[in-house]
Amino acid sequence: MGEKVLVIGSGPIIIGQAAEFDYSGTQGCLALREMGYEVVLVNDNPASIMTDYTVADIVYCEPLTVESITAVIQKEKPSSLLAGLGGQTALNLAVQLEEKGVLDKYGVQLLGTSVSSIQKGEDRELFRELMRDLGEPVPQSEVITSLSEGLNFVNRVGYPVISRPAYTLGGRGGGFVHDEGELKEKIQNGLKASPIGQVILEKSIAGFKEIEYEIMRDHKGTCISVCNMENFDPVGVHTGDSIVVAPSQTLTDQEYQMLRSASFNVVSALDVVGGCNVQLALDPSSDQYYVIEVNPRVSRSSALASKATGYPIAKLSAKLAVGCTLDELLNPLTGHTYASFEPALDYVVVKFPRWPFDKFTEADRNLGTTMRATGEAMAIDRTLEAAFQKAVQSLDISVPSIEEPWAHLVKATDLRYFAILDLLRQGVSVQEIHLHTKVDPFFLDAMLNIVDVQKEIKRSTLENLSEPLLRKAKRYGFTDASIAELMESTEEKVKQLRNTYKLQRNYKMVDTCAAEFEASTNYVYSTFAGENEIKPLEADKKALIIGAGPIRIGQGVEFDYSAVQAIQSLRKSGWTTIMVNNNPETVSTDYETADRLYFEPIHKESVQAIAEHEDVDLIFTSFGGQTALNVGNELKDTNLPLAGVSMDTISDLEDRDRFYAALDSMQVPRIKGGTCYSKNEAWKISDDLSFPLLCRPSYVIGGQGMVKVESESSLNEALNQTENRHYPIIIDQFVTGKEIEVDLVADGAHVFIPGIMEHIEPAGVHSGDSMAVFPSEVSEEVTGLVHQYAKKIVEFFRYVGPMNIQFLWTEEQLYVLEVNPRSSRTVPVISKVSGTSLIDLAVQVMTHEEQSILSHLTPPTLSHVAVKYPLFSYHALPELDHKLGANMKSTGEGMCIGSTREEALGKVFSHLPSPYENFEAYFIDGVESGIPNSSDSFDTWVKSDKAAVYFNDQDTKEAKARRIQALKNGLSVFSESTTFQALLESLNSENIEPIPLPGGKTKGVLTP
Amino acid sequence: MKGYLCFTDGLTFEGAASNQWESDIQGEIVFFTGMTGYQEVLTDPSYKGQIVVFTYPLIGNYGINEDDAESGEIQVKGVVMASCSDSTSHYKATTSLKDYLNDHNIPYLTEIDTREIAKTIRTGGTRQACLSNHTAPSFVPTGRGQAYQAIQSEIESHGDGMIHIGLIDFGWKKSILSSLISRNVRVTIIPFTNIDHIWNLQLNAVVLSNGPGDPKDLMGELPGIKKVLEQYPSFGICMGHQIIALAYGADTMKLPFGHRGANHPVKDEWTGKVFLSSQNHSYVVDERSLSSTPLKVRFTNVNDGSVEGLVHADKPIMSAQFHPEAHPGPEDAEWLFDTFFEELVMKKGETVYG
Repeated sequence: MGEKVLVIGSGPIIIGQAAEFDYSGTQGCLALREMGYEVVLVNDNPASIMTDYTVADIVYCEPLTVESITAVIQKEKPSSLLAGLGGQTALNLAVQLEEKGVLDKYGVQLLGTSVSSIQKGEDRELFRELMRDLGEPVPQSEVITSLSEGLNFVNRVGYPVISRPAYTLGGRGGGFVHDEGELKEKIQNGLKASPIGQVILEKSIAGFKEIEYEIMRDHKGTCISVCNMENFDPVGVHTGDSIVVAPSQTLTDQEYQMLRSASFNVVSALDVVGGCNVQLALDPSSDQYYVIEVNPRVSRSSALASKATGYPIAKLSAKLAVGCTLDELLNPLTGHTYASFEPALDYVVVKFPRWPFDKFTEADRNLGTTMRATGEAMAIDRTLEAAFQKAVQSLDISVPSIEEPWAHLVKATDLRYFAILDLLRQGVSVQEIHLHTKVDPFFLDAMLNIVDVQKEIKRSTLENLSEPLLRKAKRYGFTDASIAELMESTEEKVKQLRNTYKLQRNYKMVDTCAAEFEASTNYVYSTFAGENEIKPLEADKKALIIGAGPIRIGQGVEFDYSAVQAIQSLRKSGWTTIMVNNNPETVSTDYETADRLYFEPIHKESVQAIAEHEDVDLIFTSFGGQTALNVGNELKDTNLPLAGVSMDTISDLEDRDRFYAALDSMQVPRIKGGTCYSKNEAWKISDDLSFPLLCRPSYVIGGQGMVKVESESSLNEALNQTENRHYPIIIDQFVTGKEIEVDLVADGAHVFIPGIMEHIEPAGVHSGDSMAVFPSEVSEEVTGLVHQYAKKIVEFFRYVGPMNIQFLWTEEQLYVLEVNPRSSRTVPVISKVSGTSLIDLAVQVMTHEEQSILSHLTPPTLSHVAVKYPLFSYHALPELDHKLGANMKSTGEGMCIGSTREEALGKVFSHLPSPYENFEAYFIDGVESGIPNSSDSFDTWVKSDKAAVYFNDQDTKEAKARRIQALKNGLSVFSESTTFQALLESLNSENIEPIPLPGGKTKGVLTP
Repeated sequence: MKGYLCFTDGLTFEGAASNQWESDIQGEIVFFTGMTGYQEVLTDPSYKGQIVVFTYPLIGNYGINEDDAESGEIQVKGVVMASCSDSTSHYKATTSLKDYLNDHNIPYLTEIDTREIAKTIRTGGTRQACLSNHTAPSFVPTGRGQAYQAIQSEIESHGDGMIHIGLIDFGWKKSILSSLISRNVRVTIIPFTNIDHIWNLQLNAVVLSNGPGDPKDLMGELPGIKKVLEQYPSFGICMGHQIIALAYGADTMKLPFGHRGANHPVKDEWTGKVFLSSQNHSYVVDERSLSSTPLKVRFTNVNDGSVEGLVHADKPIMSAQFHPEAHPGPEDAEWLFDTFFEELVMKKGETVYG
């Protein structure tokens, strides 16, 4: 083993810091190991691939705090620290570790960009000073530390201004300020949100073109620009919430080079070593530009740029950090161009954000300087029209009908793109839309092209749809299904017509060099605008793994973990693997993960085409969440080889009525309830049940649209709000009790259950939002029943593959709540804590390679207790009440490990003060708890500096308003008494000894 | 209307023709991988008589403006693009690319797979091709000496300053002139066919410009040029660089397919630094032929190790195969002009007349 490097990850997924850091972190760790380093990783995100022992040598799922990292440094004694891969979280920790002298004390060298450079990039005042010295223009702005300073600034420059708290994630707490009222609120919250108590006020340059450059720089000073990107949405919408096109489309070469040179100038002055993102604004009517922001680390944009170009920024950044130079490193994609070669694209890339507003119908849909998207999809094609359309198809959303399109234009919302299409359809001119949105007419022209083709198809019938029109439609990315819908025909008939016209989807390669050099890469996209250059892989056994698409609430990075694990497992047993996915943030779309990567939307037409082109032997739909399963269902009539049980069996498990009937016939207890196809049926079913009831639509992700109704009138209200298209809905008896769940692997007869997980919150709180303890402390009796029912279900359905079963224990009776016939959210947690890869086992049984493997497996002995906890992106959605309920709201999850439950909880809550030591930090609202807490009025307390923890589990309007206010003030809010009890329980724990995850090849430093 | 790109070996690509062409359009076919800068490419005299294929599929996005032309006219013979935009959304744009090409009667093909064409050129080498409305055009033998067609016949002066530079024209780009003038010098452009005129001008130094085609077409001009090199601090760019090498007895050879684009890494062997460069050349100086000359390699191409720039062992002569003046492409090598002028000021009085 070589030198030890400590890598800090970015932690659980929250808005503004998502799977892109799993991708970057994984790449970075692998690069370090490739160079002979021993990688010690601290990251408390269990759902990530990065925290797998295939990626790091020693993994700690420990809190990302200075205390806990210090403890790990003390224990592992690494010689260096790499913080540039773990987003803002890791960078902030590195700065704090340096400031507190921890790095000095233990002789740990910070790799890559230095702390002083990081500070110059992140600290607004230092940054502006540097820009002044360099002669690089920045928008007129001022760093303020008080409201009066803010008022002074605005008196000078006038409204609107933008408020940005220093050192925060995804622009947390920032936004546009149009008047004094907004100014007061934004400054107050901003000063609180900023760890250094600074807010920058900036003259608004909304409407400028927003351009980003991804720069690489080595320690010798060589700079290259990997990619530039242009935002469809002009300055004013956070780049994470903008539709982004790569490369820039509307810049002349002069402008392109001017901004590139400015970026080099900045990156060189910061002495960055590794990747760096530079954001600039360009006046659309002069050559005036401003440098907006610099991120001296890998970022969401660098992940996007890596996928857009095939240039692995994070991997090479890690190598640059340990002293390599750009001219000596090869680009691993091509294998023979050097890392100093600037990629040339011969396709166009569109990134589209994925917002959570389908789940949060109450949320404010306006977009601004605070990022609100949970994820993103990317599309590649040779026409801009197709890239737009493929990106939208990849979002896996149904676009709501827009009542007033203009309302979405001026103040941009998540629906602006769709509202623009509507207006173009109504005949509004490109010029007029440009006037109101400042979106470049070039982009609007492309949208108009889409609309024109739509109209033309709408006027056609299957009989008279001409070859040129169909060709054009396919070049512009229309799916057969969308063409069929416009003509009121069927997908199958359009496909037949397309075959008659010999219009075939062809595949092309991403090669970083626009075909200038011979390259044989495994990174592929489809197009109808060009010839085929991708021959099917030559292999005996080929598997296609369907990914999960963009990260959204309820379908997070855990499904990417499953897909990547499945690929690794298949490759180990001699399969050639093919991945299809469209999420640029993930490891599964790293072209080094599978033998071939198809960067494509996930729908029937695209997946079927890939499967047929490659002539695959097996298609896996169990590892890409509900998205993959849904597409599997669409493929069931195609004769394509789907792995695992038949789609009919999947439907039997997912269809409530059929599943309930099956449970009844097996004599497995279940909650009373049923499926209703109409309002009348709903009333009929509810007659047999007693309130409260749980209503939800079927086939949804993360409990979307789930509601608990307490009375006849609230049921009436819920049903009135349910549109016809939401049917069928499910109505169940709402039963309270302890929720427990298992993830298992079955081979049709045998069941392997590595352990039982127990929720801290009662049933009714969505399992994705619950804290959960693994292994559970339920009695042997319950354990026995769990195993018995699981086996019954598996045998009944002859189920093969991974399955998640959720149970409810009422102290009298164990009910089966529901079954997810796929790899679930909790699979990575259980696999990591038990040291048993469930995905690996699932793949083995699904490929029928190890028929009897499950029958002689014994459950693992678990030496530690893990607590999984949800993370909510309050900072991005401050207008929402995050009271726990049936509808999932968390964006990610974290995990801590202890030798006892108490100890693990202690780590989870280690950042919170104790009410016994600091009662004024607590405000317990609405109940008599006996816990010491502040006696101030809520309004006084919530604004005070001492405030830290707010508890209120009431359902009233006032409670809701107070919870929102507490969150806006950056406090920790507890809305469930069980969660709060867990916090109190955790206070008894004092031990924060770091514990590595089990299963490492090297054991780490064992403590006696 | 259908149009075809035909290679001499019969290989044909189908696309949409800009027009019914009166006759087939024949030229050397080259591809450009830059994602911006189509206006500069089309007007760069180094592309004189060539058919240019743009590998980036969206061309014409920001229209055509008054500032970005590298010469007074479109130099290419034909253009091949996956698509050509009607857009003129840029504030500087005076016309769309489509209108610009149509107004100047430059034939072009669209809706064609430019990536496949680039691969064909890459594997088969740069060669003659035809744009045609039919699939079986007849090729005519090609004349040599493209530089003779690219040069301007007039001697003219630009800018003002104490230093007087002679720009020897092999098909000069406007940006070379701009880079010089921006350093406050007077520049006189002299066609290489009129090299002796230099002796009348009281110059401080000469810059040998870029130009199209095979430098060996100019073998007959070398003695006259070498006399100038021996007397003046000199800076050769692209073809100018090749001419310097030939003048000192080195050899040039044709690359299998040229370097064209805005992204070629070049290493400065003196400092170990790497920078990105704009390139456009089919010929290259043969490194093996340099051993018996006073020229030393200073710059090399990171990807293929080819010669990217030379310096004379004891005279103030330097050269670059790439384009430090950029346009299109990165400005990373702009400092070479500064180096040249520093050299010039240092040596002034020693080697210069007057």
